[in-house]
Formats: sequence, C-alpha cells, structure tokens
Amino acid sequence: MFAKKLRLALTGLWGAAILVGAGNAFAGFGDLNMTPGVTDISHRVYDLHMLIFEICVVICCGVFAVLIYSIINHRKSKGAKPASFHESTTIEIIWTTIPFLILVGMAVPATRTLLALEDTRHSDMSIKITGYQWKWKYDYLDDGISFFSTLATPREQIENKQAKGENYLMEVDNPVVVPIHKKIRFLVTSNDVIHSWWVPALGWKQDAVPGYVNDAWAEINEPGTYRGRCAELCGKDHGFMPIVLVAKTEEDYKAWVAEQKASEAKAAAASSQKMTKEELMANGDKVYHKICAACHQPTGQGIPGVFPALAGSKLVNGPVAGHLDIVLHGKPGTAMQAFGEQLSAADIASVITYERNSFGNHTGDLVQPADISAAK
Amino acid sequence: MSTATTHDAHHEHPTGLKRWLFTTNHKDIGTLYLWFSFIMLLIGGAMAMLIRAELFEPGLQFFEPRFFNTLTTMHGLIMVFGAIMPAMVGLANWQIPMMIGAPDMALPRMNNWSFWILPFAGTLLLSTLFMKGGGPAFGWTFYAPLSTTFAPQSTDFFIFAVHMLGLSSIMGSINIIATVLNMRAPGMTLMKMPLFVWTWLITAFLLIAVMPVLAGAVTMMLTDRHFGTSFFSAAGGGDPVLFQHVFWFFGHPEVYIMILPAFGVISEIIPTFSRKKLFGYSSMVYATASIAFLSFLVWAHHMFTTGIPVAGELYFMYATIMISVPTAVKVFNWTATMWRGSLTFETPMLWAVAFVFLFTIGGFSGLMLGVAPADMQYQDTYFVVAHFHYVLVTGALFAIIAAAYYWLPKWTGHMYDERLGKIHFWWSVISVNVLFFPQHFLGLAGMPRRIPDYALQFADWNMVSSIGGFAFGLAQIFFLYIVIRTIQGGKQASAQVWEGAEGLEWTVPSPAPYHTFETAPGIIK
Repeated sequence: MFAKKLRLALTGLWGAAILVGAGNAFAGFGDLNMTPGVTDISHRVYDLHMLIFEICVVICCGVFAVLIYSIINHRKSKGAKPASFHESTTIEIIWTTIPFLILVGMAVPATRTLLALEDTRHSDMSIKITGYQWKWKYDYLDDGISFFSTLATPREQIENKQAKGENYLMEVDNPVVVPIHKKIRFLVTSNDVIHSWWVPALGWKQDAVPGYVNDAWAEINEPGTYRGRCAELCGKDHGFMPIVLVAKTEEDYKAWVAEQKASEAKAAAASSQKMTKEELMANGDKVYHKICAACHQPTGQGIPGVFPALAGSKLVNGPVAGHLDIVLHGKPGTAMQAFGEQLSAADIASVITYERNSFGNHTGDLVQPADISAAK
Repeated sequence: MSTATTHDAHHEHPTGLKRWLFTTNHKDIGTLYLWFSFIMLLIGGAMAMLIRAELFEPGLQFFEPRFFNTLTTMHGLIMVFGAIMPAMVGLANWQIPMMIGAPDMALPRMNNWSFWILPFAGTLLLSTLFMKGGGPAFGWTFYAPLSTTFAPQSTDFFIFAVHMLGLSSIMGSINIIATVLNMRAPGMTLMKMPLFVWTWLITAFLLIAVMPVLAGAVTMMLTDRHFGTSFFSAAGGGDPVLFQHVFWFFGHPEVYIMILPAFGVISEIIPTFSRKKLFGYSSMVYATASIAFLSFLVWAHHMFTTGIPVAGELYFMYATIMISVPTAVKVFNWTATMWRGSLTFETPMLWAVAFVFLFTIGGFSGLMLGVAPADMQYQDTYFVVAHFHYVLVTGALFAIIAAAYYWLPKWTGHMYDERLGKIHFWWSVISVNVLFFPQHFLGLAGMPRRIPDYALQFADWNMVSSIGGFAFGLAQIFFLYIVIRTIQGGKQASAQVWEGAEGLEWTVPSPAPYHTFETAPGIIK
C-alpha cells in the first residue's frame, strides 16, 4: 500500500517536472508566469503563488494518475469485472481530513503574507492616485507635485495605420516617479467609476473606488521602469489607461522633484500671457485629441446617445460663458469631467477656442488664458 | 409503446405551434428549454467568436472599444442566464419526473409560464444591442457606478430582462422543489433519490434564496438611475462597494447553481459506464449540501482588492479555500467509482471523464484565486477568465453535452451516431484546451480581462487562444448536426439503452411516451 502511494507521489512530481520543463522550453513564446516583482512583498506573493501552484500540481497529478490507471486497466474490453464496493466511511473521513490539513498548511503562509501586504503604517512618503475615465492623476502629498498621466501611444498605432512600438499601450506622457528604498504609501481613489491601479512588479493591485480612499504600499528595491495598467472595467477606454512607474535613486528623485516644480511654475506664468489665434488653435488641436476626442470623437461628432456631438452643438456655438462653465466644472452625473483642475489655463483656453472654430463651428471667438483664470 | 400511443389519442393534445405554446407536459417543456438554451449558446458563442476575432492580433481590428465591451457583457449574460441555466432546467424537466417515478411536474401550468417568460426576456436583452447608445457595456457583473450614472439608456431594458429571468428561475425552482418533495414513487426516500435529483433539489433552494437578491440589486440600480436614490453613489451618501456585496451575495451561489446540477449529471453517467454503483452516495449528498451552504459565506472573495478590511479578507480567504474540501471529496468519489469498474467509453462517458479532469483543473485554479494575497495579482486578469471558463465550459457545458448524449436515446428513441459523437468529443476537448489553457499564462503575465487591445507581449498566446476558440465554436455547430440527425432517425434505442444504466427512467420505453408513470411504479427497494 505504501509503495503504491509512493509511486503515485513520484508520478505526481514527474508530472510537475514536465510542466516546469515545458514552461522553460516555451519561454520564447511570451511570458508564462507571474513576475516575482521588485519589492520584498512582491517576492513573497510570488513565492506563495508558486507554493500553492506546486501543491495543486502534485495533488492534481496524483488524482489524474489514479484516473488514468483506471481508464487503462479497468476497461471492460480488457475483461475487467466490476467490483462491488461502493461505500467506506473510513475512506471518506480520510480524504476529507487530508485536504483540510493541507489547506490549513496553506493558510498559514497566506495569512502572514496578507498581514504584511496590508500593513501601510510607518511610511516615508505618500502619493495619492486618482482614477479618471481614462487617465490617472498623481498627487505627491509631501512634495506638492501634482499631474495627470495619459496614454502616449499614438492613435495611428492602435488603428493599425502605423507599426506598433515596443511599449505599445504601455507608455504614458507623465510617468509616476518614485524613490527606491522608501516605504511609499499609495492612497487610491477615483473621480468617476471604479478603476484598479495595478503594477504587477509591486505584487498587488488596488481598486480605485469613488468615495473611498484605499491604501497600499511598496518599497522598491531596484531602480527601473515598471509598467502596469488599469485592471477594473471602467468604460470605453479601459484598455487604454496604462501606468508607468519609474523608480529612481534618492538623488535622481530629488532632481526630478525640482525639475517638476520648475515646469509647474513655468506653466503658471504662461497662463497670464496672451496667445495668438494660431497658437491657440495649434495647442487646442493637441489638447482636444489627447483629452476630448476619447468621447467627443476626433471628428467632434460624438457618439449618439452616449457622448454629445460638438459639431453644431448649441452650447459650443452659444455664449462663451456657458461653454467655459461646462469645461471648467463638468456636468455632474455624466462622463463630462471638471477640467478646471486637470488642465492649465492655457490648455483650456486653447481647447475652447479650438472647439468653437472647428468641426464646422465658426464662432470666431478667441478665449485667452486670462479669461480662464478669471472664471475659475 | 402502443398503449402509450392510444392513450395520447384520448387527450387530443394540440399539434403545431399551439402544442408548444400551451403545453403543460414536462417533456415538451424540457424540450423547449433545451432548444432555447441551444439557440442562446449559439448566439452567445457567436459573440465569443467576435471577441476572439478582435483579440486575434494587437490593435483594433473590427470593433470600437465600446461595442467590444457590449460583446463581453452580452456574451456573459447570455451564456449564464440564457444557455447554462435554462439547459439545466430543461434537463430537470425531462428527467426529474421520470427519475422519481412522477407523472409530471407538480405545477404544470406554472411550468409553462416559467419557460415562456424566457424567450421574451432573452429578446428584450438582445434588443438592447440595437438601441440608441448601444447595449449594456459594463460587464456581466454590472458594477455601479459604471452601470448606473455612466450607463447607456438601454440599461433599463437590461434591468427589466434580469427581473424576468429571475421570475422564471424562481418559478422553475419552486416547481422542482414541490415535485421532488411531494411526488416521489412509493418507497423512494430522499436518500434513495438519484444524485441528479438531489443536486437539483439543492440548486433550487439556492435559486430561491439568491434570485431575489439579484432582483434587489437591479431594482436599486433602477431607482438610482431614475428616482433620485443614492444606494450606490458616494456623492449622495451611498456606497459603490455595497453593490458588489449585494451582487456577489447572489453571484457566488449563482456559480454553484450552474455547477451543482452538472455534478448530478456526472454522478449519473460515471456509474453507468463503470457498471458499478456510485462510490460514497451519502457523502456525495452531504458534500453537495456543504458546498451549497458554504456558497453563501464566501461572496467577498471576489472583492479582495476593493479595500475591504484585512479581517474580512482573512475570513473570506479561509471560508473560500474550505470549499475545496467537499469539492475534492466529489472528485475522489468519482475516481473511486471508476476504480476497478468495468469501463466502456461511449460518448457520454468520454464527456464525463473529460469533465472530471478539466473541472479539477478549474477547481485548483479556483483554490489559487481564493488565496487572498496571491489574488491581489490574479484579480481581474485572464487567469480569472481561464478559471471560470474551465469550470463553466469544461465543467457545466461539458456536463450538459454529456447529459444530452446520455439521454438523447431516451428522448428521441434513436441512438446518436457513436462515431460522430466521438469526433465531436475529441474535436471539442482538444480545441477547448487550446482556447482556455493559454489564458492562464496571459493572466499571470499581466493581461487584464475585458480589454479590446493589448500590449505586444500578449500577442502570441492570444492568437493561439483565438484559433482554439474558432475550432471549439465550429465543433458545437457539428453537435447541432448530430442532434438533428439523431432526432430524424438512427438505430432504435432499447428501454435500457446503456448496459449499466440503473434507475426508473430506463424502465420506460424509448422514446419515453408522452405520459409516463401515470400510476406510480411499484415500491422502490
């Protein structure tokens, strides 16, 4: 009996070895397994995943070995006569107890890992992450930096009109930059629907739920660029809101912070300058296609019943004040967000000018950054 | 056979359309359910083909992202509520009265109504595809606020369709409970019932318990959308996570609603073709009941990443992994039933054995998902997609197909073509693994679910998966051909049909006469 059990166990291990071997042989065919990641926690999550996977493979192979043995040897065509046994309380108790004990064995490391994963105390710095349809906003609560991060992959690549780049759908305009060897607390929330912030290299994802501030943490060991994406269906462009996280050394991070502050000051200065029509239209075109076209479409036609058209729109062709109001403050209860906090005065002025003079709209109005600052 | 025919003549039951519209006969209604679910399987399957076509290569090929989301949403809803559940009810309608020696279901008129709600609910749901603003595009789990504040107008039709589907399910379950508890043949005590009847009895209780919860969830959505309430809106003092609690309190038992009758089917087929009694009958009954009970206590394992308290995560992790104990007991019992049996591998047995292998894989990936810290990585990825397709396609659907081959001779009086059945089996079982196995890799490598386009690192396995998908889809058209051929003709089936078959349904002629067991069969030992 024992010899038979041992043989079964060995068959199981052999099966596992084949699986792992096949895994290595096919490594060229994309990735097959979870990333071990770049934090201590992500390594623990990975180890736990592998432990449970291996237990499953061994049990699975054991059960399959018995089934296959039976399928091969207990065939009627081989003259097998059916045995008459059909009940054994002892056996039932044994094969209820053993899985239970295995589960208890699995629950112990799982509990330890979970408690460590959820312990956000004693952090060195905090970054607030806010999900928007379909971009991320990062607020550095300690350094006073704040910016949006949107997909940088050109539309042409998505529509197969251009060769796809190496980081297709995994590139953003403003990556979130963090220092290594610091315990960073991430506060995750949302402005509209539920999103989920996920960088696999950190070992977790955290849902961004409107009305909640969830937290999670990471302490990254190696400098590098780590890519992730939104993991919770959040509407039309759910597949197009990636995350790029750049981990830098302490000094490089400090330099980056200084650089960010300088460029924010520059943008603030620009908001008091007057722009020419050409400048407004050119910048407006850029902003429109980056921000507005996702819903109102590149043609300004919108999607009937879902997103209103701008072409020939009463609001866009009406008084500037009404147009300004909806762009600055959004329309509650719809996908139209309040862009007053998201975009610079220059960008809002340009995009309103652009919308009022494109798609067959000819109001001729010019809106200046100063108008925006005044309206805010 | 001849006595049955003359008897039917007395009733002059209507023919043509009227027969099907007004029928109160459990066999007719069973047939209606089964055909309805087959049509829905083909529609939901066609949507799956479109999804796999879009995902064949990176980049947007055929659809706008919004319509892609509508496709995944409708595919899920149709497969769950239109294909799997009605197919199980169809099997129950045909088989339960014959297996317990009852003349019909306990409430035949309500039975008619529970079926005829379905085509209307299904049509209403499908009609949203053609409405202004498009169909529901928020996933079959319809999380608020994406399904409330941010949803298209057609969502109200979706809500009404869900209400109707729930009504149908509740009436169907009441009928099954009433039939099983009141109409068993003399001597058939509860612990002598065939396991398929047992699993359905337990499933029916699950349905009655959770369908009203689903109705509550969609009603709260409706009032949030139109009547100024804020159940799920944080801005009004409500809670979007509350929606997920309510939904999964329905949703988790729902997955067992789809799989428990499948366990019942497999527990009928394996003993027949092993020519040996089911091993551990009573432990199978207790395991089913434990699974059903536990299914009410684990809902938040779908919500590990929503920010529920760590104590909650620990509790739901422990409760969830405990479910693998009774599930493992079932697999061990099937294995022990086959052990030292006298096995033959006709088509139903092939599907049943494949079920045991592949459902086990799906069960293990479910155990992995239940481990909360690891789920922080798995959640919302293709690993989850692979998991639930292993339990619902190679689990529930395979069991339904196995049941169809197993009982088709009883229903039609004709044997299906064994060679074609085997081709269908091998074609499906290979392609379904090509379809779903690589999705484990995709998920672990970081591909989220419900995206119309993906990073280049996911390209290879997506293409493989799509090829498997097309092959698997085509195989089910072939199944339709086999079924139609069997209805039209084929070798005459005996009453017993299978050498090792035991149970009351095998004592009536094939095809089963329109009315069976008008007088109760003799006392069951």
